[in-house]
Amino acid sequence: MDSLHSRYHRQIILSEIGTSGQNKLSASKVLVIGAGGLGCPALQYLTAAGIGTIGIIDFDTVEASNLHRQILYGENSIGKNKAIAAKDRLVDLNPDITINVYPEKLTTKNALSLFAAYDIILDGTDNFSTRYLVNDACVITGKPLAYGAIFKFEGQVAVFNYKNGPTYRCLFPEPPKAGSVPSCSEIGVLGVLPGIIGSMQANEVLKIILGIGDVLNGKLLMYDCLSTRFSSFSIQRVDKQVSKILNTAKNFETIDYDLFCGILHIKEKTALEVFQLKDIQYIDVREDHERPKIESLHPLYIPLGSLEKEMHKIDHEKETIVFCQSGVRSKKAVEILQKNGFQKISHVKGGAIALFEYQSSKVV
Amino acid sequence: MELTIKYFGMLAEATTIHEEQIQTEACFVSELIKKLKDQYPKLHQNDFKVAVNQQLVDHNYFINNQTEVALLPPFAGG
Repeated sequence: MDSLHSRYHRQIILSEIGTSGQNKLSASKVLVIGAGGLGCPALQYLTAAGIGTIGIIDFDTVEASNLHRQILYGENSIGKNKAIAAKDRLVDLNPDITINVYPEKLTTKNALSLFAAYDIILDGTDNFSTRYLVNDACVITGKPLAYGAIFKFEGQVAVFNYKNGPTYRCLFPEPPKAGSVPSCSEIGVLGVLPGIIGSMQANEVLKIILGIGDVLNGKLLMYDCLSTRFSSFSIQRVDKQVSKILNTAKNFETIDYDLFCGILHIKEKTALEVFQLKDIQYIDVREDHERPKIESLHPLYIPLGSLEKEMHKIDHEKETIVFCQSGVRSKKAVEILQKNGFQKISHVKGGAIALFEYQSSKVV
Repeated sequence: MELTIKYFGMLAEATTIHEEQIQTEACFVSELIKKLKDQYPKLHQNDFKVAVNQQLVDHNYFINNQTEVALLPPFAGG
């Protein structure tokens, strides 16, 4: 028996797999998005099972607080990029397969070409913005998606976009309100839970490749590790959701998934920067009585409470900077304006107080 | 009819229970949800989907002679 056969012997002797199944595994290409709590266990089993080509994309670095659940890593991995650190360990686990690493963020710019090079995508991400991006890119490139997600002691597993089945958007068409679902780093997670869920995702990937068993297609599996209870729910494909995604294919690179999930990037300017800029439209969102006025900037005076009503006074085309007294209300104003389609917009860090101090220091 | 309501994830935290039995007349999912939100105001903060007898349904689904309603929130963690 050659070394290859001895490595996979215990799965090759399963009549459902055999040499032909092993050949299918070694001919397949799986891309794992995120080498964290879910990605690590999935990567370990997929590597050990002999998936021929595995891609790992992750921009993040290993931290000590990852080690209680991301057991692919050890002390020596701390500070290293996760995709690279994962490959270091996986190569030792199985040197006979190809492992491609992408130590970068998954974006709308790289997703489609990356997904096109693989057969199956495994979602091990930790935020809604990337999850919707991954789902939509799978729909556009026609790749099945092995989905998993966790919350404290509970997990979800499903296979989306497989054999005309439902997609993630057929289950959750819209992301939840920003900030309403806490992440593992905010709320904590029992280390073994992503181990179980990530392993289940890997199991779905193997079943798809081998063509055995029942794939979790059209079903959402919920697992509660405290009550040790599994429940599964049927999901229907919603064609309207799928065609909506396909319609975005042409402009995919320009979609802002953070914005879609309510995560706004608010640009900030310092007082120093403000006084170096020219041809800017300023908006003072404070109440009329608030002092000091920054008259040298000739701002439009629109209190925050009247902003939506008086938005028409603001020139869409012009670079716009908002300020308030200390920089809190102006952030809210930028959010409101961004939601209403204003793009060239930022706010002043420290507000009128910072502007006034800077101005006074120049006069002296 | 008697219905078993199951709460998952943060919905179990909002209601402080994982499961309960309620007595209700046959009704639309939207009516049931309104009733539950009135009873547990914290549910207003959460987005979730509804499954009746393990089938995902819309808010205009009519619940009659069914036994189980599950409220399913999205999870993001990984």
